[in-house]
Amino acid sequence: MKKLLFVLAILLFVASLSVAATRVAFVYVSPVGDGGYTFMHDQGRLYLEEALGEDVVVDIIESVPEGAEAESVFRGYAQRGYDIIFGTSFGYMDSMVKVSKQFPKTIFMHCSGYKTTDNMGVYFGRMYQPRFLSGLVAGAMTKSNIIGYVAAYPIPEVIRGINAFALGVSYVNPEAKIHVVWSNTWFDPTLEKDAAISLLDIGADVIAQHQDSAAPQQAAEERGVMSIGYNSDMSAFAPNAFLAAPIWAWGPYYVKAVQDVQNGTWTNEPYWGGIEDELVDIVMSDLVPAGVANLVYAMRESIIKNQFHPFQGPIYDQDGNLRYAEGEMASDEELLSMDWFVSNVVGRLQ
Amino acid sequence: MKIKIEKRLNTPRYLSLVVPVVSIFAALLIMFVILTIFFMGRIGSFQGAFSETVSAYKELITWPFFNQYGLYSTISKMVPLAFVALGLSFAYKMKIWNIGGEGQLYMGALAATWAALFVFRGITSPILLITLVAIFSAIAGALWALIPALMKAYAKTDEIVVTLMLNYVAIFWVDYLVYGPWRDPKGFGFPGTAAFPEPAMLPTFFDGNVHIGIFIAIAFAILLQYIDVKTQWGFNSRIVGDNKKAATYSGIKVKKYTIISLVVSGAIAGLGGGVQMMGMQHRLMHGFSPGYGYTAIIIAWLAKLNPIAVIFVSFLFGGLLVGNDQLQMFYKLPISLISIFQGLVLFCLLGGEAIAAYRLKIEKAEEVPANE
Repeated sequence: MKKLLFVLAILLFVASLSVAATRVAFVYVSPVGDGGYTFMHDQGRLYLEEALGEDVVVDIIESVPEGAEAESVFRGYAQRGYDIIFGTSFGYMDSMVKVSKQFPKTIFMHCSGYKTTDNMGVYFGRMYQPRFLSGLVAGAMTKSNIIGYVAAYPIPEVIRGINAFALGVSYVNPEAKIHVVWSNTWFDPTLEKDAAISLLDIGADVIAQHQDSAAPQQAAEERGVMSIGYNSDMSAFAPNAFLAAPIWAWGPYYVKAVQDVQNGTWTNEPYWGGIEDELVDIVMSDLVPAGVANLVYAMRESIIKNQFHPFQGPIYDQDGNLRYAEGEMASDEELLSMDWFVSNVVGRLQ
Repeated sequence: MKIKIEKRLNTPRYLSLVVPVVSIFAALLIMFVILTIFFMGRIGSFQGAFSETVSAYKELITWPFFNQYGLYSTISKMVPLAFVALGLSFAYKMKIWNIGGEGQLYMGALAATWAALFVFRGITSPILLITLVAIFSAIAGALWALIPALMKAYAKTDEIVVTLMLNYVAIFWVDYLVYGPWRDPKGFGFPGTAAFPEPAMLPTFFDGNVHIGIFIAIAFAILLQYIDVKTQWGFNSRIVGDNKKAATYSGIKVKKYTIISLVVSGAIAGLGGGVQMMGMQHRLMHGFSPGYGYTAIIIAWLAKLNPIAVIFVSFLFGGLLVGNDQLQMFYKLPISLISIFQGLVLFCLLGGEAIAAYRLKIEKAEEVPANE
């Protein structure tokens, strides 16, 4: 009898699990309409809703400032019994760590950070791979050999992106230099456009960027030069300038993460997906000549097959020191804490 | 019969309570219409949209004010608002328009960080360290306000412009430090200082969700109320505020009062920055204040510069901010609608104030004798 009750209880438990929809929340740092970083996370969210349908209930909040302010938002979701909360910006790290300890039943997923707890995991993408590929395009297309890069914050993620891009440029064009300007914003179209204009004024004929808005693309379009986007296919913002962009494709990963939680197979193992996982990739417009595009596809293949790593030696830093000798390559730890520029970058780490 | 609009000579007391209440109701009513239209686009039927709006309003009120966790958030949000508003009202009583609460808050936070991370590094007694950090932040706020105070007293500059401009200078100082020399070496380059040491964190209660800063704010409110009502300073400051000439003739040193009022105002706002660092943020970061110093101006004004009322109005505003987050989180409202709502509240409050300064006067038209 006891056994029967036990089995019944388990059956009921399983049934209740499959009936109740998983409650998922996304906390974004900028508005969904930014056309870039948050937009792509939100595309992933829509993909998740599409894929899992009735099995998930998803809520979002936009423009949540980083720092302690975010705590009340995470607590608000956790207290309502949400099963999994995605925080998509680096600056939420400490808030998420704190709240995750108070609500052990909720899974917290932090994008781009490095701290985990029993119920908090981290995930991010190897954006440096497509960044390198977009550098190939920029290096092949520039005529002035001055490439402008509107950078966000001087944090490892951004520095790594600049270096990967610069290595791509030097792979095809050792003469070209990458000029970096910091905006210290994730999303401020006015400021980011001004930063791009300052680079155009020194003769840059390709503008690359790290922020969430498409403003630098538009600045390039207005001057009739070329641009490399970020996050999403930004060709609609600058049809005559846009060459290529490293992009995010979060959807499949979000589906997997939510299913892991549903199936009880979730772990706090850090996840760092690359092109091979279809988490990141490159898009190119028709403005890129077939020869350049073919080179990009070939390099993309060898990255997928693990025959090529963008950060493999010889790599020199700005002061001429050999950082990685022939045959050496950067480890994940070194990539995640990168705080120096490669030799063809002009500009300083603030 | 004629209806005339004329300026009130003096505003009746009951209006100072009625006007804000009616104004907030007006804002809620307009927002109700906007939300219903918005939800109709999403749900399709008026019935559904109406009940969704009602449920959103329930959320807006119950979570920040009647739910345990919502209350924690409300209290945490109100602390910096209350400090700055208390400081500002102290100066406003003398009709000295300190718009620099934001900058004084930033400088207070900066000095608190300097004290906690560098100057008093190694002090392990929490009481001693917290006191020292608090004193540093108050002094920094005071010094930051001393600049416009001296300029006003001795060069007759306009304090509104100077205090406002110094806000940006203060923010740039903080940015310079967190991006540069003070950046946490273990922070992976992220713009922010290292975390405060354990003894420099304010004690918390309610399971670590609320820090004792709220009691410090209330204590200051009571102290300021006492100064205002029971001391010579409070009496004299009212005279200075009402009529500078009369104050001079009665032997009050107006310059001294000007300087002290701004300096004390800055000290309280600066202390708010220190408390926010020790209680909430635990590290100095770029843009740690989402404009508390400006919201505090409205709070001081709504509270009619009464320190006790400042505490209650800060509580309401803290709750409003928390409730707005809830609307986004659980009703999928875009941030732009939330901004419209916050704008509506301010618009109605200021509009209400303006309208209340006038009254309608109904006059019987004078009989004009027929001239035939």
